[in-house]
Amino acid sequence: MVELKEELKGKIIEVLNLEDVTVGDIQDGDALFGDGLGLDSIDALELIVLLDKEYGIKLSDPKQGKAIFKSIETMAAYISENRTK
Amino acid sequence: MTPQGIWRPSFFEEAVPIDSPITAAIQPSYKALIPPALIRRMSRGIKMGIFAAQQALDEAGVSTPEAIIVGTGLGCSEDSEKFLRTILDNDEQFLTPTSFIQSTHNTVAAQIALRLACQGYNFTYVNRSVSFESGMLDAMLQIHSGEVANVLVGGVDEISDHTYSLLQRIGYIKPDGVNESIKTSQTQGVNYAEGATFFLLSGERTAESYAELVDVHIINSVGEDEITATISGFLQGNGLTSHDIDIAILGINGDKAFDSYYFPVQEQLTNADVLYYKHLIGQYDSCSAFAPAVAATVAKHGAAQPILRWQGRPQRPVKNILLYNQYRGKDHSLLLVRTC
Repeated sequence: MVELKEELKGKIIEVLNLEDVTVGDIQDGDALFGDGLGLDSIDALELIVLLDKEYGIKLSDPKQGKAIFKSIETMAAYISENRTK
Repeated sequence: MTPQGIWRPSFFEEAVPIDSPITAAIQPSYKALIPPALIRRMSRGIKMGIFAAQQALDEAGVSTPEAIIVGTGLGCSEDSEKFLRTILDNDEQFLTPTSFIQSTHNTVAAQIALRLACQGYNFTYVNRSVSFESGMLDAMLQIHSGEVANVLVGGVDEISDHTYSLLQRIGYIKPDGVNESIKTSQTQGVNYAEGATFFLLSGERTAESYAELVDVHIINSVGEDEITATISGFLQGNGLTSHDIDIAILGINGDKAFDSYYFPVQEQLTNADVLYYKHLIGQYDSCSAFAPAVAATVAKHGAAQPILRWQGRPQRPVKNILLYNQYRGKDHSLLLVRTC
């Protein structure tokens, strides 16, 4: 799980082109949206594509996103339970 | 925004001619102008456009223009390439929104307007090498017709790896490893680059004004043997003859096959000091937007900097400046600029 979290942080930084942010700057429990990392709705779409492309997870219900993308912790937990690749 | 860095008072004194097939524009820090959340999604073309536009507005002392017009040959080609490459690489799956949103040609004009909260006329011309001149013509007509009091108008193009590699493959850009300047050019193709140049045009002369844009003329196709007659007609329409031109700023780019268009023009404009500028900023579709910047500087200071002079004709007091550009024998443009 620790390895997955670190991998996820790296992929998010790369995909969202988060300039001046390193893996070490993101804590597992930090909010990804709003006051935390400050991501927005376009980033949410990028994260949905990231789940599909990298882990074979298709989010059929967009409402799920709010809980899944709450933090690195919640994302990693959802990926480890649902990944197909 | 050029391979020589940003526009500044010492620009021409510090400029060094480029001699590489592809030269990127030197990028400043954008953090003071653009929030980090937006910067990370912007390609170089958008950032360069925003920066150059703000510089023009600052110098003119205008916070929000009444209209924004941008000319670009390839638009936001970096994001266009990224989006298309994703389609191919991922077999039309996993298409992400960011590169698509910002891949359209009018993104630069739109982002400038969003940042300035400018809800006025917003237009982008995509007419290859006369994209910028099309914007200048529109801006001039908008002001003359009284539609607006001022217009922010500029040209932007960015390097995109795949497109530039194709241009290199067909011989439009000099091959890698060839290091020739415009004056030493012996091989096919030219040195390419990227950049953004913006101006604030207004119907009134102000303390910040550089010069007056008198007329703009665009022609898609003209023969080498017809160009002097075309110029004569343009000058005649503005009550001038070829002897009245004090400075000619030509789009000479080192292409042996097409620079011959400029030879009869130099013969025709007997009194003009001939200047060139693409040795400093390179070739790209909207590069001719830099020519009015040269004209404006010469008009304001009354003399041309040595690095701009193509030949050593005696300089005389500057009043009328003619700008002529073409690319590969097509997309000819004539601009007449006057001191004010």
